[in-house]
Amino acid sequence: MWNRGARVNRNLGLALAHGRRRLSAATAKDNHDFDVIVIGGGHAGCEASSAAARAGAKTVLVTQKLETIGEMSCNPSFGGIGKGVLVREVDAMDGLCGRMADLGGVQFRILNRSKGPAVHGPRAQVDRVIYKRNMQETLSSYPGLSLKSGSVADILLERSSEADEQSLKRLASQDSASAQESATVVGVRLESGEIIRARKVVITTGTFLGGEIHIGLKAFPSGRKGEAASIGLSKSLKDAGFRLGRMKTGTPPRLEGQTIDYSHMPRQLGDMPPTPFSFIHDSVPYADRQIMCYQTRTTPEAHEIIRANFDQSIHIRETVRGPRYCPSLESKIKRFSEKQSHIVWLEPEGLPEHTDLVYPNGISNTMPEDIQVKFLRTMPGLENVVMTQPGYGVEYDHIDPRELKRNLETKRVGGLYMAGQINGTTGYEEAAAQGLLAGANAGLAAIAPMNHELSASTPPQLVLDRSDGYLGVLIDDLITRGVEEPYRVFTSRSEYRLSTRADNADIRLTRRAAALGLVRDVHRLARLDSVEADMAYAQSLLERVVMSPNVWESRLGEGTQVCRDGNPRSALDMIRMGFLRDNVWTGARDPENTAVPQARAQPQWAMRPSVSDIVPEWSGVPLGIRQRVITEAMYFGYLKQQRLEVNSFKRDESLRLPTDIDYAQIRVLSREEVDKLTLVRPDTFGAAKRIDGITPGGILALLRYVQRQQ
Amino acid sequence: MFAIRRLGAARRTVRWLSTDTIYALSTAPGKSAIAIVRISGAQTPSVLRRMLAREHLPRARQATVARLVDPSDPSDTLDTAVCLWLPGPQSYTGEDMAELHVHGGPAVVSSVLGALGALDGLRMAQAGEFTRRAFDLGKLDLTTLEGISDVLNAETEQQRRLAVRQMGGALQHRYSTWRAQLVQARAMVEAEVDFGDEEALESNTVTRAVQLARSVRKQVAEHLDDRRRGEILRGGARLAIVGPPNAGKSTLLNALVQRPAAIVSPVAGTTRDIVEVTLDIAGFPLVVSDTAGLRQHTSDLVEEEGVRRALAASRDADLRMVVVDCQDALNHGIAHALAPEYRELLHLPQTLVVLSKADTLAPSELKHVEHISREFAAGMGSDGWGVAVVSCETTQGWERMVGRLAEGMRRTWGAQGVAAEAMPLTKARHREHLRTCAARLEAFARVVDDDLVLAAEELRAAADAIGRITGAVGIEDVLDALFSEFCIGK
Repeated sequence: MWNRGARVNRNLGLALAHGRRRLSAATAKDNHDFDVIVIGGGHAGCEASSAAARAGAKTVLVTQKLETIGEMSCNPSFGGIGKGVLVREVDAMDGLCGRMADLGGVQFRILNRSKGPAVHGPRAQVDRVIYKRNMQETLSSYPGLSLKSGSVADILLERSSEADEQSLKRLASQDSASAQESATVVGVRLESGEIIRARKVVITTGTFLGGEIHIGLKAFPSGRKGEAASIGLSKSLKDAGFRLGRMKTGTPPRLEGQTIDYSHMPRQLGDMPPTPFSFIHDSVPYADRQIMCYQTRTTPEAHEIIRANFDQSIHIRETVRGPRYCPSLESKIKRFSEKQSHIVWLEPEGLPEHTDLVYPNGISNTMPEDIQVKFLRTMPGLENVVMTQPGYGVEYDHIDPRELKRNLETKRVGGLYMAGQINGTTGYEEAAAQGLLAGANAGLAAIAPMNHELSASTPPQLVLDRSDGYLGVLIDDLITRGVEEPYRVFTSRSEYRLSTRADNADIRLTRRAAALGLVRDVHRLARLDSVEADMAYAQSLLERVVMSPNVWESRLGEGTQVCRDGNPRSALDMIRMGFLRDNVWTGARDPENTAVPQARAQPQWAMRPSVSDIVPEWSGVPLGIRQRVITEAMYFGYLKQQRLEVNSFKRDESLRLPTDIDYAQIRVLSREEVDKLTLVRPDTFGAAKRIDGITPGGILALLRYVQRQQ
Repeated sequence: MFAIRRLGAARRTVRWLSTDTIYALSTAPGKSAIAIVRISGAQTPSVLRRMLAREHLPRARQATVARLVDPSDPSDTLDTAVCLWLPGPQSYTGEDMAELHVHGGPAVVSSVLGALGALDGLRMAQAGEFTRRAFDLGKLDLTTLEGISDVLNAETEQQRRLAVRQMGGALQHRYSTWRAQLVQARAMVEAEVDFGDEEALESNTVTRAVQLARSVRKQVAEHLDDRRRGEILRGGARLAIVGPPNAGKSTLLNALVQRPAAIVSPVAGTTRDIVEVTLDIAGFPLVVSDTAGLRQHTSDLVEEEGVRRALAASRDADLRMVVVDCQDALNHGIAHALAPEYRELLHLPQTLVVLSKADTLAPSELKHVEHISREFAAGMGSDGWGVAVVSCETTQGWERMVGRLAEGMRRTWGAQGVAAEAMPLTKARHREHLRTCAARLEAFARVVDDDLVLAAEELRAAADAIGRITGAVGIEDVLDALFSEFCIGK
């Protein structure tokens, strides 16, 4: 049973990883073709397969078509508020998507620039063609990783010690309440009949599981436009007793760029200079060729056309849940009927030499094609637009993520991991981050010594909790609360967003990942060391300038109200107290940006002298370092408070609970508590507390029961 | 099978981790002879020093009788209690601890808990937290959790719900309204944080959140300003009996206390000082001052000083009975029966006008006086307690007068006081959460213009504080409010 906490020995580093790699080769004597099979080549699959390979596992990525690996099947962009932090976290653990997005990025912006740095969201428009090409090139030459085209028909299982191969169907009779790992995965069978054996399998099939595309009232099975759905896989998971749910999502139509009249539209430019996603990039290849996005809007006529054709949309008629934050145009019009118009962003899908396609962000819909063309042409600038592909809705199966453990392995089947949209999430970033974690854990577990004497000690796993980062929040939310709509990160979901920011993902995660052998690029660690040294130096500059309250007041001007206790204060103290600021985040925005939402009034401190006026050497410090030091300083008081909260949170997380309890045996628990505990099977005291409806009394009863059973 | 495993690291670092000092009532809430309040944590010594208002700590592990004071006003004695100072690690939790054995009355207990809650860095223990700390410090094995009483005494969710129900519909409604308003405010701010840069939100989103937060903060502050209810429950409400010379004040007082506490004399101006007695009306302790009568043109300087003091005392009192001879009322009307100095008292809140000597009236006159009374009472405003026509001789109108008094006190201090008395623990906990809520809302208003993220954090803390009373405010509540308010659709 997996019960290892999030402990990481920092000294292990790369040496151990290499050691394990050798070990794995030695134990691969048995009849396994691979250590890890990853099914699916989307964002989750790309990260999962590369992470498993980095962990030292011999890995194969199996996907229907090799040429769709790394496809950005919806919007041509990466990152955003909250999501941008996930991309940084993936990058900090040597994942791929941040670097690929930098290489293919054609417009970079930091969102929320006018708000606190804790919620800054790096975002980029990305050229689909370049992204996919780079991803495929990277994976096809990735050490330890093979790519294979094929459609998976079934997953092969083995029951505990029995060696005979069994179909998953045997498990179907199992009582789902006692969802204990009772079978182990041993490989997959392709539709061609070929069998691939492996120790671990990661499923990242996105919307392909029982996928069905809707355009108007037409519905046909498919995972993505023009590709087959994975029906067999869905059935075998259902047969294994996994609780499946059904969700829907949608994508907007695609437009031909040269048929759009941009002349009257507000424009949006990228930041200059652009801020890359990756911690190992200083710049991006297309910094000087950044493209523009344009803003148009829906019109009352468009709304009227759609309203008149509500009966033509399956999504309006059905009750399957879609995301509330990315609703189809139909549901926007239905739910907010008073709104006469919705904003639509026209985002080019790449550089002009690669594509002329434009992605109209904000109007995903499932209307029949002719209706789509009709309402598009009512919008300003789109009067003569040519639609190259209609918007469509996708309905797909997902598993109830409460079936998963914190390492993204299923509770039901040992060695089977799941990541991405199949877990009920939405978004490239969410998928990529889960993929990295699931792949890393599958890889780490696969190469752990298979020696029976040692098998009592569980293999090291990459486990992140809520205070570690957005990925930790994402996974904890999934496994303890489940999903009722496609899950997306928001900064507001994290109670630790002041400390888990985009800027410090490297400090939070790189060394941890390296200790598990997940960082292949040795420059990352060297770079992190130098960043930390630079930050320490920059902070020392601020600490060295010390003045009395009177002098500070005369330097900073009227109304500073420094406490006149005669105690001298450093520039760092003054920043921490909010008297001194540095405008490190303003000014990067191009004045030509005509579509930028109105910035809020300038805070008062923006008028005062800034750090460079007080500390002369400050302007010589690189901007990125200045930003990070100022951020830490301005949140100092809150971060201190947050560390206390994190400590108490970690205490609860370190109290482990077994997950095979028969909760009904605990008499004190209410019926509701028993049901909820049974569904989630919390693995820590903290997780039990986070389940809605579990009372303090119930938790204490649980603790007492557990002790008595020991 | 393994059961509970703690990481070795947690045990070693916990001393450094447990920074909060906690306190809780450790005996069953309700009326009992003795109630024990326990304190645990690093700040225990300083808490003891402040509660005992002295520099040296009692001798370790020895029962010491000491005066407990309210640290915010050390002249205010809360109780005389047996105190135990139990330095760690030889204590139940392993931390520094103290026990205060106080008298078991709900008023005393709630005042002691209230005083502790007002100290910085001290907070009420969560359910089972003492035991949890003991466990963390390796003081007890989980097997011993079994018999430990504070596990049983831990305020459970059911008790919390029950408490909320007991608060009565109005109070419950008020708390839920605040919760809903804070959820709404959070939705506004979080919408701006998570979507403000990509979506076309209404421009006044943050302003609306600020208004909501301000309104809740104001209401919570008003709610917390309980007109000295705690003290009144503990030490009694101060009642001033005031009126012109020979209006029958002392007779009224005597009748109230049913023993001759004041010198009663038919000669005007014989009651020269303030006499205080304590009595009990409808369960509320009342401290009564009989004040010197006031004549408009007195030449007696001692009398004049007595009058000045009497007027001041009646202004400061928690409630007043303004006594007027009903004959004067009949002849001049209630207001004009009084010298101008007295008239202002008539319009103070918590004032009951008593028309005395009703037995001297003819039936027709009585009817007229009652008519005058009704008219006057109608003009007194909502805080006034009306007019009672009474005779201390025949006890005519007496029941109605005492009834008005009791009703007024219940209205002013009672409805919550009575419920709170039954559950001092819950009440003190609620007050602590409300104080936190108000403080975080204040911080929200301070930072909202500078940094929206910090403001959002303050708002979350404020909503969480209310959530501890009404049920947790989860992110899903906020997102529900957010998505029903805003069309987020990129």
